[in-house]
Amino acid sequence: MASADKKTDGLLSPDRRKALETTLRGIAGVGVAGALIATYERSAEAMPTQAIRPPGALPDERAFLSACVRCGLCVRACPWNTLKLADLGDHVATGTPYFVARKVPCEMCEDIPCVKACPTGALDHALVDINKAKMGTAVLVDEENCLNFLGLRCDVCYRDCPVIDKALTLEMESNPRTHKHAIFRPTVHAKDCTGCGKCEKSCVLEEAAIKVLPLRVARGELGHHYRLGWEEYQKNQGPLIKDIIDLPDRAPNDVTPPSGVPDAPPIIDPTKLGKGWKP
Amino acid sequence: MTAASPAPRLNREARLAAQEKLPERSFLARHKFLFLRRLSQAAVFALFLTGPLFGLKIAEGTIASSMTLKALPLTDPLMLLQMLVASHWPEGLAILGAAIVAIFYALVSGRAYCAWVCPINPVTDLAFWLREKLGFQAKGWQPKPETRFWVLAMTLVVSGVTGTIAWELVNPITHAFRVVVFGATASLTFVVAVFLFDLFVARRGWCSHLCPVGAFYGLLGSGALVKVSTHARVACDHCMDCYAVCPEPHVISPALEGAKKGFSPIITSSDCTTCGRCIDVCDRGVFRFTHRFDASETTTVPAVRSNCSGETP
Repeated sequence: MASADKKTDGLLSPDRRKALETTLRGIAGVGVAGALIATYERSAEAMPTQAIRPPGALPDERAFLSACVRCGLCVRACPWNTLKLADLGDHVATGTPYFVARKVPCEMCEDIPCVKACPTGALDHALVDINKAKMGTAVLVDEENCLNFLGLRCDVCYRDCPVIDKALTLEMESNPRTHKHAIFRPTVHAKDCTGCGKCEKSCVLEEAAIKVLPLRVARGELGHHYRLGWEEYQKNQGPLIKDIIDLPDRAPNDVTPPSGVPDAPPIIDPTKLGKGWKP
Repeated sequence: MTAASPAPRLNREARLAAQEKLPERSFLARHKFLFLRRLSQAAVFALFLTGPLFGLKIAEGTIASSMTLKALPLTDPLMLLQMLVASHWPEGLAILGAAIVAIFYALVSGRAYCAWVCPINPVTDLAFWLREKLGFQAKGWQPKPETRFWVLAMTLVVSGVTGTIAWELVNPITHAFRVVVFGATASLTFVVAVFLFDLFVARRGWCSHLCPVGAFYGLLGSGALVKVSTHARVACDHCMDCYAVCPEPHVISPALEGAKKGFSPIITSSDCTTCGRCIDVCDRGVFRFTHRFDASETTTVPAVRSNCSGETP
């Protein structure tokens, strides 16, 4: 530097200046590299929706990436070759395990070998009952193409569901197209769905009408302060607020009385309403 | 580099012929530890590949964490450290595995990991070899060897800040492993990048200057037992062959040139990868493997060239 020969003591001495410069250059370079890795990490957290983590995977992706050492022991333990380690370009954090249900779904082994093989707990060893797994949840994403919705009795997803009649039921309703046939509507109950993906794999369509999605995509979440009045009423065996004044229901004669729950909205029989009424 | 020695590798034969008529050591003897290392590196892969290839499961997983014969868990301790910094408390298996690995390298030789196990070592060695073959003169960009410790600190900081095992996003070691053991071909990108970096950008750039894993194992092995000793340093004729071949040449001088200053003949720096190439290439039998407390040395110049095992004739 130009000033190096002017003063030779203190911070400006050539040796100290050089040492300082070298150190600063090192820190700056490494710092930039660190910032790049951190940015890369942020993008690695975003996964494509068809990439499903193995059973017991820590639900928060960041928590999972803090625990998974990308060793592939779960992949090796899987007897069905369901799991695969992400390669570069898979848009899943490289080296982490995932599966694509439409290719090979999870067969829900009772002894969950993948979880047992995980050395770090990225797959939570607290999961001992595979039926409690929450890899994701099935969603019937396309009612317009689902054969059952078209009035046929395909039912393949329902028949293939390992948690049949709990996670996936057929709900009968009238077919509004013909007014005389039934529609057996495949209905997912997320509480019991493990996200194994057998339904998506078995869907006979070119592109599955029922798909397993990660919970973060598939599920809504109530406000944490929300209370469902009817559930609270049941739990409490009565209203939560004691001595509430139950005013007499003032309703027209053609409205049926309330259902026993105080202040529940009246059940309106639409046939008894006047002609101009719209819901 | 200290002593002026124009292109020492090229005139070895001539030099030998001029200096003394000694029996030529065989090619095998001059590459003994190199072959042993390549064998060791290949064996690591082989243990993981017998399962997928022949159905004979020996080691499963990768170098990040593995299970050998369903009995021996091994986990990379740096991986565990990043995990802890990212505030995940692992299962006992990972802790046990990391403890076994850490104790092994702390006792034996920290950077033996780099020279004898790491799959990137043959890659950067190949880049170095090619660089010499092609006669690249410029060392290229040479960051301070200490930079790797900054990189190590950075990986831990980024792991802490992002709450993830940050280095694994780019770690060429585990990428290379997944290429071979799991067929993750696209992961070859990072391996090729390191090769090209070492070939065109920086001589011995990755392993000797930047890699935080090597830095970590170096720190881990700062009290390790296995060391290289310049026990016959009196015989040194300053041909510079050892400096030319050593991936961390700065570790040699204090021992080799330190007799007058009263320094021990033991190469003490934890940067030394205990690769043994110096033992291989030294025609004077100056170097040998020994333990850190063996400061014994030969005081008489050997009449004939020692063999490669480092035993004083």
